[in-house]
Amino acid sequence: MAPSLSAFDQELLAGTHGEAAAFCMRLLTRFAEAVGAESFIDIEAAHIDGCLYLGEVSLDFVEHLVRHGGRVRVPTTLNVGSVDLIHPELFIGEPKIGSGGARLMKAHEELGCMPTFTCAPYQTMFRPRFGAQIAWAESNAIVFANSVIGARTNRYGDFIDLCCAMTGRAPLYGLHITENRRAEILVEIESLPAEWEDAGPACVAVGHTIGKRCGSLVPAIVGLPRNTREDDLKALGAVAASSGAVALFHAVGLTPEAATVEQAFQGLPPVEVIRLTADDLRQTICNLSTVPDGTPLSGVSFGTPHFSFAEFSRLMPLIEGERPVVDIYINTNRGVLDQLAMPGWDKALEAAGVTLVIDTCTYVTAIMRDMSGAIMTNSGKMAYYAPGNIGVEIAFGSLADCMASARAGKVVRL
Amino acid sequence: MSGPQRQFSATLLAPGAAAGLVFLLAEPLSFWGGLDSSTGRIIDRWHPQKDEIITGKILLMKAGRGSSSGSSVLAEAIRLGKGPAGIVLLSRDAIVIVGAMVAAELYGIACPVVMAREEDWAGISTAPRLALHATADQAHITLS
Repeated sequence: MAPSLSAFDQELLAGTHGEAAAFCMRLLTRFAEAVGAESFIDIEAAHIDGCLYLGEVSLDFVEHLVRHGGRVRVPTTLNVGSVDLIHPELFIGEPKIGSGGARLMKAHEELGCMPTFTCAPYQTMFRPRFGAQIAWAESNAIVFANSVIGARTNRYGDFIDLCCAMTGRAPLYGLHITENRRAEILVEIESLPAEWEDAGPACVAVGHTIGKRCGSLVPAIVGLPRNTREDDLKALGAVAASSGAVALFHAVGLTPEAATVEQAFQGLPPVEVIRLTADDLRQTICNLSTVPDGTPLSGVSFGTPHFSFAEFSRLMPLIEGERPVVDIYINTNRGVLDQLAMPGWDKALEAAGVTLVIDTCTYVTAIMRDMSGAIMTNSGKMAYYAPGNIGVEIAFGSLADCMASARAGKVVRL
Repeated sequence: MSGPQRQFSATLLAPGAAAGLVFLLAEPLSFWGGLDSSTGRIIDRWHPQKDEIITGKILLMKAGRGSSSGSSVLAEAIRLGKGPAGIVLLSRDAIVIVGAMVAAELYGIACPVVMAREEDWAGISTAPRLALHATADQAHITLS
Protein backbone atom coordinates (compact mmCIF):
# COMPACT_ATOMS: atom_id res chain seq x y z
CA MET A 1 0.00 0.00 0.00
CA ALA A 2 1.30 3.45 -0.86
CA PRO A 3 2.09 5.61 2.19
CA SER A 4 -0.06 8.66 2.87
CA LEU A 5 1.68 11.90 1.96
CA SER A 6 1.52 15.23 3.78
CA ALA A 7 1.19 18.46 1.80
CA PHE A 8 4.94 18.94 2.23
CA ASP A 9 5.68 15.41 1.00
CA GLN A 10 3.62 16.16 -2.10
CA GLU A 11 5.54 19.38 -2.68
CA LEU A 12 8.79 17.46 -2.40
CA LEU A 13 7.58 14.93 -4.97
CA ALA A 14 6.31 17.64 -7.29
CA GLY A 15 9.73 19.31 -7.39
CA THR A 16 8.69 22.47 -5.49
CA HIS A 17 11.86 22.09 -3.40
CA GLY A 18 14.11 21.20 -6.30
CA GLU A 19 14.81 18.24 -8.54
CA ALA A 20 17.30 16.64 -6.14
CA ALA A 21 14.75 16.58 -3.32
CA ALA A 22 12.10 15.23 -5.71
CA PHE A 23 14.43 12.41 -6.79
CA CYS A 24 15.06 11.52 -3.13
CA MET A 25 11.38 11.65 -2.20
CA ARG A 26 10.56 9.35 -5.12
CA LEU A 27 13.01 6.74 -3.82
CA LEU A 28 11.84 7.26 -0.26
CA THR A 29 8.18 6.75 -1.17
CA ARG A 30 8.90 3.43 -2.82
CA PHE A 31 11.16 2.41 0.06
CA ALA A 32 8.36 3.28 2.54
CA GLU A 33 5.94 1.15 0.57
CA ALA A 34 8.41 -1.75 0.54
CA VAL A 35 8.93 -1.68 4.32
CA GLY A 36 5.23 -1.17 4.99
CA ALA A 37 5.37 2.35 6.46
CA GLU A 38 2.04 4.18 6.28
CA SER A 39 3.36 7.73 6.51
CA PHE A 40 6.44 9.92 7.03
CA ILE A 41 7.73 11.88 10.03
CA ASP A 42 10.04 14.87 10.39
CA ILE A 43 13.58 14.07 11.48
CA GLU A 44 15.95 16.31 13.47
CA ALA A 45 19.22 14.96 12.06
CA ALA A 46 20.80 12.43 9.73
CA HIS A 47 24.05 10.47 9.64
CA ILE A 48 25.29 9.24 6.27
CA ASP A 49 27.33 6.09 5.63
CA GLY A 50 27.77 6.74 1.90
CA CYS A 51 31.30 8.16 2.03
CA LEU A 52 33.01 4.83 1.62
CA TYR A 53 33.77 4.18 -2.04
CA LEU A 54 32.08 0.94 -3.21
CA GLY A 55 32.32 1.58 -6.94
CA GLU A 56 31.24 4.26 -9.39
CA VAL A 57 27.62 3.99 -8.31
CA SER A 58 28.59 5.53 -4.94
CA LEU A 59 29.86 8.62 -6.73
CA ASP A 60 27.20 8.71 -9.46
CA PHE A 61 24.41 8.87 -6.88
CA VAL A 62 25.89 11.79 -4.95
CA GLU A 63 27.07 13.67 -8.07
CA HIS A 64 23.51 13.38 -9.44
CA LEU A 65 22.24 15.23 -6.37
CA VAL A 66 25.07 17.81 -6.52
CA ARG A 67 24.32 18.48 -10.21
CA HIS A 68 20.68 19.16 -9.41
CA GLY A 69 21.57 21.68 -6.72
CA GLY A 70 20.77 19.38 -3.81
CA ARG A 71 21.10 20.51 -0.22
CA VAL A 72 20.40 18.58 2.99
CA ARG A 73 17.42 19.90 4.98
CA VAL A 74 18.57 18.80 8.49
CA PRO A 75 21.96 18.80 10.28
CA THR A 76 23.76 15.88 8.67
CA THR A 77 26.95 14.18 9.83
CA LEU A 78 29.18 11.95 7.72
CA ASN A 79 30.64 8.55 8.51
CA VAL A 80 34.21 7.56 7.66
CA GLY A 81 35.49 7.79 4.11
CA SER A 82 38.09 5.69 2.27
CA VAL A 83 40.94 8.13 2.91
CA ASP A 84 42.33 10.28 5.73
CA LEU A 85 41.97 13.78 4.24
CA ILE A 86 44.15 15.19 7.05
CA HIS A 87 46.95 12.69 6.32
CA PRO A 88 46.34 11.59 2.69
CA GLU A 89 49.82 10.05 2.53
CA LEU A 90 48.63 7.23 4.81
CA PHE A 91 46.54 5.70 1.99
CA ILE A 92 48.41 2.88 0.25
CA GLY A 93 45.56 1.26 -1.74
CA GLU A 94 44.46 1.41 -5.40
CA PRO A 95 44.68 4.99 -6.79
CA LYS A 96 41.14 4.78 -8.21
CA ILE A 97 39.70 4.07 -4.77
CA GLY A 98 41.85 6.83 -3.28
CA SER A 99 40.80 9.52 -5.77
CA GLY A 100 37.18 8.33 -6.07
CA GLY A 101 36.97 8.09 -2.28
CA ALA A 102 38.32 11.60 -1.74
CA ARG A 103 35.90 13.05 -4.34
CA LEU A 104 33.00 11.18 -2.70
CA MET A 105 33.79 12.79 0.65
CA LYS A 106 34.00 16.27 -0.93
CA ALA A 107 30.77 15.77 -2.90
CA HIS A 108 28.90 15.04 0.34
CA GLU A 109 30.24 18.31 1.76
CA GLU A 110 28.89 20.12 -1.31
CA LEU A 111 25.42 18.85 -0.34
CA GLY A 112 25.81 20.64 2.99
CA CYS A 113 26.80 17.62 5.08
CA MET A 114 29.23 18.29 7.93
CA PRO A 115 32.74 16.90 7.37
CA THR A 116 32.76 14.88 10.60
CA PHE A 117 33.92 11.66 8.87
CA THR A 118 33.39 9.62 11.99
CA CYS A 119 31.58 6.45 12.97
CA ALA A 120 31.11 7.97 16.45
CA PRO A 121 28.98 11.06 15.64
CA TYR A 122 27.34 10.48 19.02
CA GLN A 123 30.59 11.63 20.70
CA THR A 124 30.72 14.92 18.81
CA MET A 125 28.80 18.18 19.26
CA PHE A 126 26.11 16.64 17.02
CA ARG A 127 25.05 14.08 19.62
CA PRO A 128 21.24 13.83 19.36
CA ARG A 129 18.96 14.34 22.36
CA PHE A 130 16.85 11.69 24.11
CA GLY A 131 13.73 10.89 22.12
CA ALA A 132 14.87 12.66 18.94
CA GLN A 133 13.59 11.16 15.68
CA ILE A 134 16.64 10.77 13.43
CA ALA A 135 17.70 8.85 10.31
CA TRP A 136 21.10 7.34 10.97
CA ALA A 137 23.17 4.85 9.04
CA GLU A 138 26.22 2.75 10.06
CA SER A 139 25.44 -0.11 12.35
CA ASN A 140 27.41 0.97 15.44
CA ALA A 141 26.11 4.54 15.26
CA ILE A 142 22.54 3.26 14.96
CA VAL A 143 22.76 0.94 17.96
CA PHE A 144 24.46 3.61 20.11
CA ALA A 145 21.89 6.30 19.24
CA ASN A 146 18.96 4.01 20.00
CA SER A 147 20.38 2.27 23.05
CA VAL A 148 22.69 4.62 24.93
CA ILE A 149 21.04 7.95 24.02
CA GLY A 150 17.43 6.91 23.48
CA ALA A 151 17.18 8.70 20.12
CA ARG A 152 15.08 6.85 17.53
CA THR A 153 16.30 5.47 14.22
CA ASN A 154 15.91 2.39 12.07
CA ARG A 155 18.84 0.67 10.42
CA TYR A 156 19.03 3.03 7.47
CA GLY A 157 21.66 2.34 4.87
CA ASP A 158 23.04 3.20 1.47
CA PHE A 159 21.15 5.86 -0.51
CA ILE A 160 18.12 5.94 1.81
CA ASP A 161 20.08 7.70 4.57
CA LEU A 162 20.86 10.54 2.17
CA CYS A 163 17.27 10.58 0.85
CA CYS A 164 16.08 11.20 4.43
CA ALA A 165 18.65 13.99 4.89
CA MET A 166 17.69 15.67 1.60
CA THR A 167 13.98 15.67 2.48
CA GLY A 168 14.06 15.91 6.28
CA ARG A 169 11.58 13.02 6.30
CA ALA A 170 11.72 9.36 7.32
CA PRO A 171 9.22 6.54 6.92
CA LEU A 172 7.30 5.89 10.15
CA TYR A 173 7.95 2.27 11.07
CA GLY A 174 10.12 0.09 13.33
CA LEU A 175 12.13 1.78 16.05
CA HIS A 176 10.61 5.22 15.47
CA ILE A 177 7.56 3.81 17.31
CA THR A 178 7.51 3.38 21.12
CA GLU A 179 6.05 -0.12 21.34
CA ASN A 180 8.62 -1.56 18.93
CA ARG A 181 11.39 -0.46 21.32
CA ARG A 182 10.23 -2.88 24.00
CA ALA A 183 12.75 -5.51 25.13
CA GLU A 184 11.83 -9.07 24.13
CA ILE A 185 14.79 -11.17 25.35
CA LEU A 186 16.19 -11.02 28.89
CA VAL A 187 19.98 -11.53 29.02
CA GLU A 188 21.13 -12.31 32.57
CA ILE A 189 24.84 -12.25 33.37
CA GLU A 190 25.09 -14.64 36.29
CA SER A 191 28.81 -14.24 36.95
CA LEU A 192 31.77 -12.23 35.64
CA PRO A 193 35.40 -13.39 35.36
CA ALA A 194 37.01 -12.13 38.60
CA GLU A 195 40.32 -11.51 36.81
CA TRP A 196 38.82 -8.88 34.48
CA GLU A 197 39.25 -5.46 36.13
CA ASP A 198 38.35 -3.54 32.98
CA ALA A 199 34.68 -3.70 31.93
CA GLY A 200 35.71 -3.67 28.25
CA PRO A 201 36.14 -7.40 27.56
CA ALA A 202 32.93 -8.33 29.43
CA CYS A 203 30.96 -5.83 27.37
CA VAL A 204 32.49 -7.10 24.12
CA ALA A 205 31.69 -10.71 25.09
CA VAL A 206 28.07 -9.85 25.90
CA GLY A 207 27.72 -7.81 22.71
CA HIS A 208 29.08 -10.61 20.56
CA THR A 209 26.69 -13.07 22.19
CA ILE A 210 23.56 -10.96 21.77
CA GLY A 211 24.46 -10.38 18.12
CA LYS A 212 24.68 -14.11 17.55
CA ARG A 213 21.64 -15.11 19.56
CA CYS A 214 19.02 -12.37 19.49
CA GLY A 215 18.35 -12.05 15.75
CA SER A 216 16.24 -8.94 15.25
CA LEU A 217 14.67 -9.16 18.73
CA VAL A 218 15.51 -6.46 21.29
CA PRO A 219 17.55 -7.67 24.29
CA ALA A 220 17.65 -6.24 27.82
CA ILE A 221 20.87 -7.01 29.69
CA VAL A 222 21.09 -7.38 33.46
CA GLY A 223 24.35 -7.71 35.38
CA LEU A 224 26.98 -5.78 33.38
CA PRO A 225 30.08 -4.77 35.44
CA ARG A 226 29.53 -1.91 37.89
CA ASN A 227 32.33 0.08 36.29
CA THR A 228 30.78 -0.08 32.78
CA ARG A 229 31.35 3.26 31.01
CA GLU A 230 29.86 4.85 27.93
CA ASP A 231 32.79 3.65 25.82
CA ASP A 232 32.19 0.08 27.00
CA LEU A 233 28.55 0.30 25.89
CA LYS A 234 29.83 1.67 22.58
CA ALA A 235 32.04 -1.41 22.16
CA LEU A 236 29.16 -3.70 23.17
CA GLY A 237 26.81 -2.23 20.59
CA ALA A 238 29.45 -2.17 17.85
CA VAL A 239 30.23 -5.88 18.13
CA ALA A 240 26.54 -6.80 18.55
CA ALA A 241 25.81 -5.00 15.27
CA SER A 242 28.69 -6.90 13.60
CA SER A 243 28.02 -10.46 14.74
CA GLY A 244 24.29 -9.81 14.28
CA ALA A 245 21.77 -7.16 13.30
CA VAL A 246 21.14 -5.59 16.70
CA ALA A 247 19.79 -2.04 16.34
CA LEU A 248 18.71 -1.52 19.96
CA PHE A 249 19.63 -3.07 23.31
CA HIS A 250 18.72 -2.06 26.82
CA ALA A 251 21.14 -2.33 29.75
CA VAL A 252 19.09 -2.22 32.92
CA GLY A 253 20.19 0.62 35.20
CA LEU A 254 22.52 2.01 32.54
CA THR A 255 20.53 3.01 29.45
CA PRO A 256 17.72 5.59 29.42
CA GLU A 257 14.74 3.42 28.50
CA ALA A 258 15.61 0.74 31.07
CA ALA A 259 15.69 2.13 34.60
CA THR A 260 14.11 -1.19 35.59
CA VAL A 261 13.49 -4.55 33.90
CA GLU A 262 9.74 -3.75 33.83
CA GLN A 263 10.35 -0.48 32.02
CA ALA A 264 12.60 -2.15 29.43
CA PHE A 265 9.91 -4.78 28.72
CA GLN A 266 7.09 -2.20 28.87
CA GLY A 267 5.36 -4.42 31.41
CA LEU A 268 5.23 -7.55 29.24
CA PRO A 269 7.09 -10.83 29.91
CA PRO A 270 10.26 -11.80 27.99
CA VAL A 271 9.83 -14.31 25.15
CA GLU A 272 13.20 -15.86 26.02
CA VAL A 273 15.84 -15.73 28.76
CA ILE A 274 19.57 -16.13 27.99
CA ARG A 275 21.86 -16.79 30.97
CA LEU A 276 25.61 -16.17 30.70
CA THR A 277 28.34 -17.27 33.09
CA ALA A 278 31.95 -16.17 33.52
CA ASP A 279 33.02 -19.22 31.52
CA ASP A 280 30.73 -18.30 28.61
CA LEU A 281 32.24 -14.82 28.54
CA ARG A 282 35.83 -16.13 28.67
CA GLN A 283 35.10 -18.56 25.83
CA THR A 284 33.58 -15.85 23.64
CA ILE A 285 36.60 -13.60 24.12
CA CYS A 286 38.97 -16.48 23.41
CA ASN A 287 37.16 -17.22 20.12
CA LEU A 288 37.61 -13.63 18.90
CA SER A 289 41.35 -14.23 18.40
CA THR A 290 42.35 -16.12 15.25
CA VAL A 291 45.90 -16.76 16.58
CA PRO A 292 47.25 -18.18 19.88
CA ASP A 293 49.15 -16.22 22.53
CA GLY A 294 52.83 -15.80 21.66
CA THR A 295 52.13 -15.14 17.94
CA PRO A 296 54.37 -12.38 16.47
CA LEU A 297 52.54 -9.08 15.95
CA SER A 298 53.02 -6.54 13.19
CA GLY A 299 50.69 -3.92 14.64
CA VAL A 300 48.13 -2.82 17.19
CA SER A 301 44.93 -0.99 16.24
CA PHE A 302 42.59 0.97 18.53
CA GLY A 303 39.52 3.01 17.78
CA THR A 304 36.95 0.86 15.95
CA PRO A 305 34.60 2.70 16.52
CA HIS A 306 36.59 5.95 16.69
CA PHE A 307 38.54 6.50 19.94
CA SER A 308 36.97 9.11 22.23
CA PHE A 309 38.86 11.66 24.29
CA ALA A 310 37.98 9.60 27.39
CA GLU A 311 39.60 6.53 25.81
CA PHE A 312 42.76 8.55 25.08
CA SER A 313 42.75 9.61 28.75
CA ARG A 314 42.90 5.95 29.78
CA LEU A 315 45.57 5.15 27.21
CA MET A 316 47.99 8.00 27.99
CA PRO A 317 49.46 6.52 31.22
CA LEU A 318 50.03 3.25 29.33
CA ILE A 319 52.20 4.78 26.61
CA GLU A 320 54.73 6.17 29.08
CA GLY A 321 57.95 4.21 29.32
CA GLU A 322 59.51 1.77 26.90
CA ARG A 323 58.78 2.50 23.23
CA PRO A 324 56.61 -0.12 21.45
CA VAL A 325 58.36 -2.27 18.84
CA VAL A 326 55.37 -2.57 16.47
CA ASP A 327 53.18 0.04 14.74
CA ILE A 328 50.25 1.38 16.76
CA TYR A 329 47.31 2.89 14.89
CA ILE A 330 44.50 4.82 16.56
CA ASN A 331 41.41 5.74 14.55
CA THR A 332 39.67 8.89 15.70
CA ASN A 333 37.93 11.99 14.40
CA ARG A 334 38.83 15.63 13.79
CA GLY A 335 37.10 16.88 16.94
CA VAL A 336 39.10 14.56 19.19
CA LEU A 337 42.30 15.38 17.28
CA ASP A 338 41.77 19.06 18.15
CA GLN A 339 41.23 18.19 21.81
CA LEU A 340 44.47 16.18 21.93
CA ALA A 341 46.56 19.24 21.05
CA MET A 342 45.64 21.12 24.24
CA PRO A 343 47.39 18.79 26.72
CA GLY A 344 50.07 18.06 24.08
CA TRP A 345 49.01 14.42 23.78
CA ASP A 346 49.28 14.43 19.98
CA LYS A 347 53.03 15.07 20.34
CA ALA A 348 53.41 12.49 23.11
CA LEU A 349 51.62 9.88 21.00
CA GLU A 350 53.77 10.67 17.97
CA ALA A 351 56.91 10.34 20.13
CA ALA A 352 55.69 6.92 21.26
CA GLY A 353 55.38 5.80 17.64
CA VAL A 354 51.58 6.03 17.40
CA THR A 355 49.97 6.80 14.02
CA LEU A 356 46.75 8.77 14.40
CA VAL A 357 44.30 7.90 11.62
CA ILE A 358 41.59 10.53 11.04
CA ASP A 359 38.45 10.49 8.83
CA THR A 360 38.68 6.75 8.14
CA CYS A 361 39.38 3.43 9.85
CA THR A 362 42.04 0.75 9.60
CA TYR A 363 39.49 -2.05 9.08
CA VAL A 364 37.92 -0.62 5.90
CA THR A 365 40.82 0.76 3.91
CA ALA A 366 44.48 0.21 3.06
CA ILE A 367 46.48 2.02 5.75
CA MET A 368 48.41 -0.46 7.85
CA ARG A 369 51.90 -0.79 6.39
CA ASP A 370 52.88 -4.20 7.70
CA MET A 371 50.33 -6.99 7.89
CA SER A 372 52.77 -9.91 7.75
CA GLY A 373 52.13 -10.77 11.39
CA ALA A 374 48.93 -10.60 13.41
CA ILE A 375 47.19 -7.36 14.40
CA MET A 376 46.03 -6.92 18.00
CA THR A 377 43.03 -4.84 19.04
CA ASN A 378 40.73 -4.15 21.98
CA SER A 379 37.81 -3.75 19.55
CA GLY A 380 35.37 -6.61 19.10
CA LYS A 381 34.16 -5.05 15.85
CA MET A 382 37.69 -4.85 14.40
CA ALA A 383 38.30 -8.46 15.46
CA TYR A 384 35.09 -9.56 13.75
CA TYR A 385 35.59 -7.84 10.39
CA ALA A 386 39.34 -7.42 9.81
CA PRO A 387 40.16 -11.04 8.87
CA GLY A 388 37.57 -10.92 6.02
CA ASN A 389 37.92 -7.25 5.01
CA ILE A 390 41.67 -6.74 4.94
CA GLY A 391 42.90 -10.32 5.29
CA VAL A 392 44.79 -10.21 8.59
CA GLU A 393 45.04 -12.53 11.56
CA ILE A 394 43.64 -10.94 14.72
CA ALA A 395 44.36 -11.14 18.44
CA PHE A 396 41.83 -9.58 20.82
CA GLY A 397 42.83 -8.21 24.23
CA SER A 398 42.20 -5.45 26.75
CA LEU A 399 43.77 -2.01 26.25
CA ALA A 400 46.55 -2.93 28.69
CA ASP A 401 47.16 -6.34 27.05
CA CYS A 402 47.45 -4.63 23.66
CA MET A 403 50.05 -2.15 24.95
CA ALA A 404 52.07 -4.87 26.66
CA SER A 405 52.00 -6.89 23.43
CA ALA A 406 53.09 -3.84 21.40
CA ARG A 407 56.23 -3.73 23.55
CA ALA A 408 56.81 -7.48 23.45
CA GLY A 409 56.25 -7.70 19.67
CA LYS A 410 54.00 -10.69 20.23
CA VAL A 411 50.66 -11.52 21.82
CA VAL A 412 51.01 -11.47 25.61
CA ARG A 413 48.43 -11.22 28.41
CA LEU A 414 48.92 -9.39 31.70
CA MET B 1 -6.97 -25.63 -17.08
CA SER B 2 -5.02 -28.88 -16.95
CA GLY B 3 -1.35 -29.53 -16.19
CA PRO B 4 0.92 -27.54 -13.88
CA GLN B 5 0.31 -23.85 -13.36
CA ARG B 6 2.24 -21.65 -15.82
CA GLN B 7 1.72 -18.19 -14.39
CA PHE B 8 1.77 -16.78 -10.87
CA SER B 9 0.72 -13.34 -9.75
CA ALA B 10 3.22 -11.45 -7.63
CA THR B 11 3.76 -8.11 -5.88
CA LEU B 12 5.68 -5.38 -7.68
CA LEU B 13 8.77 -4.17 -5.80
CA ALA B 14 10.78 -2.69 -8.70
CA PRO B 15 9.39 -2.48 -12.27
CA GLY B 16 10.71 -4.06 -15.46
CA ALA B 17 10.61 -7.19 -17.59
CA ALA B 18 13.19 -9.96 -17.72
CA ALA B 19 13.61 -13.64 -18.58
CA GLY B 20 16.37 -16.10 -17.91
CA LEU B 21 17.65 -19.23 -16.24
CA VAL B 22 16.75 -19.64 -12.59
CA PHE B 23 19.45 -19.21 -9.94
CA LEU B 24 18.04 -20.35 -6.59
CA LEU B 25 20.10 -19.15 -3.63
CA ALA B 26 20.51 -22.08 -1.25
CA GLU B 27 21.15 -19.67 1.60
CA PRO B 28 20.65 -15.91 2.01
CA LEU B 29 23.54 -13.90 0.58
CA SER B 30 24.90 -10.57 1.78
CA PHE B 31 25.86 -8.71 -1.41
CA TRP B 32 28.41 -6.66 0.55
CA GLY B 33 31.32 -9.00 1.10
CA GLY B 34 29.42 -11.76 -0.74
CA LEU B 35 29.17 -10.64 -4.37
CA ASP B 36 31.93 -9.34 -6.64
CA SER B 37 30.14 -6.55 -8.52
CA SER B 38 32.70 -6.57 -11.34
CA THR B 39 32.19 -10.26 -12.21
CA GLY B 40 28.80 -11.26 -10.76
CA ARG B 41 30.53 -14.03 -8.83
CA ILE B 42 29.60 -15.13 -5.31
CA ILE B 43 32.70 -14.60 -3.14
CA ASP B 44 31.38 -15.27 0.39
CA ARG B 45 33.75 -18.02 1.52
CA TRP B 46 31.04 -19.61 3.69
CA HIS B 47 28.28 -19.62 1.06
CA PRO B 48 27.45 -23.05 -0.47
CA GLN B 49 27.30 -21.50 -3.97
CA LYS B 50 30.66 -19.74 -3.70
CA ASP B 51 32.25 -19.08 -7.14
CA GLU B 52 28.96 -19.43 -9.02
CA ILE B 53 27.85 -16.53 -11.22
CA ILE B 54 24.47 -14.79 -10.99
CA THR B 55 24.87 -12.55 -14.05
CA GLY B 56 21.81 -12.59 -16.33
CA LYS B 57 19.95 -15.08 -14.13
CA ILE B 58 16.57 -14.77 -12.46
CA LEU B 59 17.77 -14.75 -8.87
CA LEU B 60 15.45 -16.44 -6.38
CA MET B 61 16.03 -15.55 -2.75
CA LYS B 62 13.65 -16.13 0.12
CA ALA B 63 15.15 -13.27 2.12
CA GLY B 64 18.05 -10.88 2.07
CA ARG B 65 20.87 -10.76 4.56
CA GLY B 66 23.61 -8.56 5.87
CA SER B 67 24.98 -5.07 5.59
CA SER B 68 22.94 -2.28 4.01
CA SER B 69 26.03 -1.55 1.87
CA GLY B 70 24.63 -4.44 -0.19
CA SER B 71 22.42 -1.92 -2.01
CA SER B 72 25.50 -0.25 -3.50
CA VAL B 73 27.08 -3.55 -4.48
CA LEU B 74 23.90 -4.71 -6.23
CA ALA B 75 23.47 -1.37 -8.02
CA GLU B 76 27.14 -1.41 -9.08
CA ALA B 77 26.78 -4.96 -10.45
CA ILE B 78 23.69 -3.91 -12.43
CA ARG B 79 25.54 -0.84 -13.76
CA LEU B 80 28.38 -3.05 -14.98
CA GLY B 81 25.98 -5.51 -16.64
CA LYS B 82 27.01 -8.20 -14.16
CA GLY B 83 23.89 -8.20 -12.04
CA PRO B 84 20.96 -10.62 -12.17
CA ALA B 85 18.34 -10.10 -14.91
CA GLY B 86 15.60 -10.03 -12.27
CA ILE B 87 14.96 -11.00 -8.67
CA VAL B 88 12.15 -12.95 -6.99
CA LEU B 89 11.82 -12.57 -3.21
CA LEU B 90 9.49 -13.99 -0.59
CA SER B 91 9.83 -10.95 1.69
CA ARG B 92 10.13 -7.21 1.17
CA ASP B 93 13.89 -6.83 1.41
CA ALA B 94 14.79 -3.14 1.53
CA ILE B 95 18.46 -3.67 0.61
CA VAL B 96 17.57 -5.44 -2.66
CA ILE B 97 14.77 -3.05 -3.53
CA VAL B 98 16.91 0.06 -2.99
CA GLY B 99 19.77 -1.38 -5.06
CA ALA B 100 17.45 -2.09 -8.00
CA MET B 101 15.67 1.28 -7.70
CA VAL B 102 18.93 3.24 -7.75
CA ALA B 103 20.26 1.37 -10.80
CA ALA B 104 17.00 2.11 -12.64
CA GLU B 105 16.98 5.81 -11.66
CA LEU B 106 20.64 6.51 -12.41
CA TYR B 107 21.37 4.28 -15.38
CA GLY B 108 17.95 3.41 -16.76
CA ILE B 109 18.76 -0.30 -16.40
CA ALA B 110 15.76 -2.21 -15.07
CA CYS B 111 16.31 -5.19 -12.83
CA PRO B 112 12.71 -6.12 -11.97
CA VAL B 113 12.10 -7.25 -8.39
CA VAL B 114 8.89 -9.04 -7.43
CA MET B 115 7.62 -10.75 -4.31
CA ALA B 116 6.08 -14.16 -4.85
CA ARG B 117 3.42 -15.79 -2.70
CA GLU B 118 4.62 -18.42 -0.23
CA GLU B 119 2.28 -21.10 -1.68
CA ASP B 120 3.73 -20.59 -5.19
CA TRP B 121 7.39 -20.95 -4.12
CA ALA B 122 7.66 -24.69 -4.84
CA GLY B 123 6.27 -24.24 -8.36
CA ILE B 124 8.53 -21.27 -9.10
CA SER B 125 11.78 -22.44 -7.56
CA THR B 126 11.83 -25.78 -9.40
CA ALA B 127 11.40 -24.18 -12.85
CA PRO B 128 14.48 -24.06 -15.07
CA ARG B 129 13.56 -20.70 -16.65
CA LEU B 130 11.33 -17.85 -15.60
CA ALA B 131 10.07 -14.61 -17.06
CA LEU B 132 9.17 -11.63 -14.87
CA HIS B 133 6.77 -8.93 -15.86
CA ALA B 134 6.36 -6.10 -13.39
CA THR B 135 4.54 -2.85 -14.11
CA ALA B 136 2.63 -0.43 -11.91
CA ASP B 137 -0.62 -2.21 -12.82
CA GLN B 138 0.38 -5.84 -12.40
CA ALA B 139 3.26 -8.18 -11.68
CA HIS B 140 3.51 -11.80 -12.62
CA ILE B 141 5.98 -14.65 -12.94
CA THR B 142 5.74 -17.01 -15.92
CA LEU B 143 7.38 -20.40 -16.50
CA SER B 144 9.17 -20.07 -19.82
